[in-house]
Amino acid sequence: MIKDITIGQYFPGKSVIHRLDSRVKLVLDLLYLVILFTAQSYTGLMLGMLFMVLCYILAEIKLVMILKSIKPILPLMIFTGILNLFFVKGETPLFQWQFIAIYPEGVDTALFMLIRVITLIVGMSLLTYTTSPIMLTDAIERLLSPLKKIHVPVHELSMMMTIALRFIPTLVEETDKIMSAQKARGAELDTGGFIKKAKSLIPVLIPLFVSAFKRANELATAMECRCYHGGEGRTRLKVMHTAPRDYVAIAVMLALLAAVIVINCFPVLP
Amino acid sequence: MSDKNIIEVENVSFDYISMDEDGKETGRTQVLKNVSLTVPEGQFLAVLGHNGCGKSTLAKHLNAILYPTEGKVTVAGMNTTDEDKIYDIRQTVGMVFQNPDNQLVATIVEEDVAFAPENMGVPQPEIRQRVDDALKQVDMYEFREHAPHQLSGGQKQRVAIAGVIAMQPRCIVMDEPTAMLDPKGRREVMNTIHTLNREKGITVVLITHYMDEAAQADRVVVMDGGKIIMDDIPKKIFSQVRKLKSVGLDVPQVTELCGELRDKGVDISTEIIHEQECAEALYRLTQGRNAVIPPKQETAQPDDRPVVLRGEKLTYKYSIGTPFEKTAVDNVDISIRQGEFVGIIGHTGSGKSTLIQHFDGLVKPTSGTVFVDGTDIWSKDVNIRDIRFKVGIVFQYSEHQLFEETVAKDIAYGPKNMGLSDEEIDKRVKQAAESMDITHLLDRSPFELSGGQQRRVALAGVLAMDPEVLILDEPAAGLDPKGRDKILTQIKRYHEQYGKTILLVSHSMEDIVKYAGKVLVMNKSRLFCYDTVDRVFGRTEELAKIGLDVPQITRMSHILKTLGTDIGSDIYTTERAAERLLPLISH
Repeated sequence: MIKDITIGQYFPGKSVIHRLDSRVKLVLDLLYLVILFTAQSYTGLMLGMLFMVLCYILAEIKLVMILKSIKPILPLMIFTGILNLFFVKGETPLFQWQFIAIYPEGVDTALFMLIRVITLIVGMSLLTYTTSPIMLTDAIERLLSPLKKIHVPVHELSMMMTIALRFIPTLVEETDKIMSAQKARGAELDTGGFIKKAKSLIPVLIPLFVSAFKRANELATAMECRCYHGGEGRTRLKVMHTAPRDYVAIAVMLALLAAVIVINCFPVLP
Repeated sequence: MSDKNIIEVENVSFDYISMDEDGKETGRTQVLKNVSLTVPEGQFLAVLGHNGCGKSTLAKHLNAILYPTEGKVTVAGMNTTDEDKIYDIRQTVGMVFQNPDNQLVATIVEEDVAFAPENMGVPQPEIRQRVDDALKQVDMYEFREHAPHQLSGGQKQRVAIAGVIAMQPRCIVMDEPTAMLDPKGRREVMNTIHTLNREKGITVVLITHYMDEAAQADRVVVMDGGKIIMDDIPKKIFSQVRKLKSVGLDVPQVTELCGELRDKGVDISTEIIHEQECAEALYRLTQGRNAVIPPKQETAQPDDRPVVLRGEKLTYKYSIGTPFEKTAVDNVDISIRQGEFVGIIGHTGSGKSTLIQHFDGLVKPTSGTVFVDGTDIWSKDVNIRDIRFKVGIVFQYSEHQLFEETVAKDIAYGPKNMGLSDEEIDKRVKQAAESMDITHLLDRSPFELSGGQQRRVALAGVLAMDPEVLILDEPAAGLDPKGRDKILTQIKRYHEQYGKTILLVSHSMEDIVKYAGKVLVMNKSRLFCYDTVDRVFGRTEELAKIGLDVPQITRMSHILKTLGTDIGSDIYTTERAAERLLPLISH
C-alpha cells in the first residue's frame, strides 16, 4: 500500500550527532563536501570515509544504512564509472580491442570518482538520518535569513516547505482512499500500457487536485484566523542555541580539512 | 455598547458577489439578511441551522474574515472593519473549523500550537508557557511531540483548539467542530469545550447540527435562509418540535416522545430535553406501573434465503513483520443472506471498515476465505473485477471520488468499466439517478452541487453498476439532518424496490434501528455479535460496556426502569416507547 512509504528518512535519537545544532550540522556537511573535493589522493578520501563511519557509529545509525543510501544511485555511479573507464585516455593502454582502449589512468579516475561519490552520499545521508525535516527547514531558513535583505522570500519558502511536509502524509492517505473508491468502480489502475495507465489515473488525479485546492483554501483561512501575516515580527517557539559540542564539531571538521590538505601536499600513496 | 457583551452584530447583511475574469459583477446572493445578535461574555451559545442557512458565513464575520455588506459587527468594543484592530480582533475571537486536518499547519503538535503566538510576536519563554498550558487544557500535553497524522480525529481537533487557546482569546467560535468525528472524538471535543467555558470563562459560539450538543448550551439560536428565526434557552427551542422539523432540524428523542404523548392528551411538559428529567416525569405519571411487554416473536421458520456473502475465519493483519503489526480483523465467521439490510456498528478501529473491504476484494485476507455467491473470490479462476461489479462499495465522504464534467458522465464511469453498451449505460445512469433523486442534476457539473447532492451522485455511481450487494461506509457522515434523512430514505427505498442486500456502516444507533433489519457489531477486531435489531439492542448493557452508544430513548427507558417503571428493554424508537407508555398513564 502507498501508506507504507516513509517520508524522509529521519531516525529519531539522542546521540551527540542528533543533538548538534541543525544549522551547524548543515554547514559542517557542506564543509565535508568541500573536503572531499579537496582530497586529491586515496589516502585523503579514505580518511574522509573513515571519519564518516565514525560519525555513523556515534549517531547510533546502523552501518547497513550506508548501503541503503547508496543503493538508489548505484545505476548512476556505474554509468559514470563506465564513462570514465572508456574515455579517459593515457599513454599506454592496459587493454585494447579495435577502437576500445582502456588506460590505467581511466581505471584510476573511475575508481577515484566512485569512492568520492559514495563518500559524499554517505555523508549527506547522515544529515537526513539525524535531522528531522522540520529542523532542516528551520536551519535553511535561518542560514538564509541574510538574503531577506535582498528581498529573497526566505520565510515564505520555508513556510511552504513546512506545509508541504505537513500535508504529504494526508495526501498520500487521500490518494489511497480515492484509488480504492475508483477500483471499486472497476478502474484498472495497474494494468495496461503506458498511455492506458496514464489515462486511468485521471479519475484519481482530478479528485486529488480538487481536494488539495479545497484544503489549501481552508488552511489559508485557518492561518488568517491565527493572525498569520508573513514572517515580519514573528517569534519562534524553538530558539536554536549553539552548545560547546557544536564548536568541538566545527574544530574537528576543520582539523579534517587541514589533514586532507597536508596529505595533498605530502602524498604518502600515489 | 455595554461592557458585558463580547460580540454585537447589528443589522448585518452579507452578499456573496460572483465576478467574471475582468472583475465585473455577474451575480449576487444574499447570504445574511439583517441579522442582529449580541453575545454576553461567558455565554455558551449554540447556533443551529441546516447547511446553507448562513451560519458559517455569520461565524466568519465574528473575527474579521468576512466584512458585512451592510450593518456592523463589534467585537469587545472594536469594529471589525477597523483595519488597525484586525489582529486584536482575531486574538479576541479564535476560530475552530470542521476539518481538523485542514487547520493544522506544522508537522509537530507543539509547533502547531505555537503558530499563533509566533505570529503575534510573543517572546519565546512565554510561548513555551502558553503552548504547554494550552496543551494541558485540552489534555494533549503528552502528545506534544507527535506528528498530526499520527493522531485520531478527536485528538487533532483538540490540538486545533489548543492552537486557538494559545492566543488567550476571550471567545472561541467553532464551526461544526465535531461533524467529522466519531462518537468518542465528539465526546472528547465537547468535554474540552465545556471545560473551557466553565473553568476559563471563555465565551463559546458553537455552530452545530447535533441537537444533543445544542441542548447542553446556555442559549440556542436557530437560523434559516440567512435569518435568525428563533433565539431562546434550549428547552423553549426544542419544545417547538414542528417548527424545528420544518427547517430541516431534529429534536432530541425524549423531546419528541414528550411531544407525541402530549398530542395524545397526556399532561407532560414538552420542555424536556435530557433523559433523566424525562424518566422522572414519566415515573410520576406511571407511578411504577409496568408495561405489558409482548413476548418476543422468535422467527419460527428458518431463513431459507441464499447466503450471498460469507467470510470463513477471516483474519487480516497490517504491516506484517514490522513492529507495527496489527490485527485488524481477527478470525471472523459471518454469513449474510440475500436481501438483508444489515447495520454494522463498532468503534473507529474496531475493524469494521477493513471487514467490509474484504467482500469487495479490495483487501485480501491474511488467512481465511471470502465467498461471494458461493464462489471463493481469491481462487485462481475468478477475476476480481467481476466481484467488484457484483459487490458495490461506497466509501466515507464518497463525494471525493467525483471527477467528471457532468453528473451523468460520472455515474457512467462504473458501467463503462464493465464494458456495457451505450444504450445499457444510458439506461443504468437514468435508473441510478432516479433511485437517488438526482435526475434534475444530470447535466450539471458535480463540483457545483451541495455536499448532500454530491454524496448522492457518488452513490448513484455505484448503483449504476447494479451490484447484488451494496456496502455503504457512513453514507450520512457530515451531512445535516435533512441531507442525512434524504440519503438514508433513498437507500431504504432502493432496498425495498430492488431487494438488494445492503450493508450499512454507521455510528448513529438511531439510524441503524430506523433502517436496518439486522445488526453486526464489531469490537476489537472480532465479531461481537450478528443478530436482529431487537436482539442486539436488547443487550444494551453489554453494548455500553464495549463503549457503544445506544439511542437516547433506550438510555431513558433504563433510567425509568431503575426508578420503578419497566417498559421493556427493547425501546429504541419513540413510537414504541409511546405505545408502551400510553396504557400506563391515566388520563
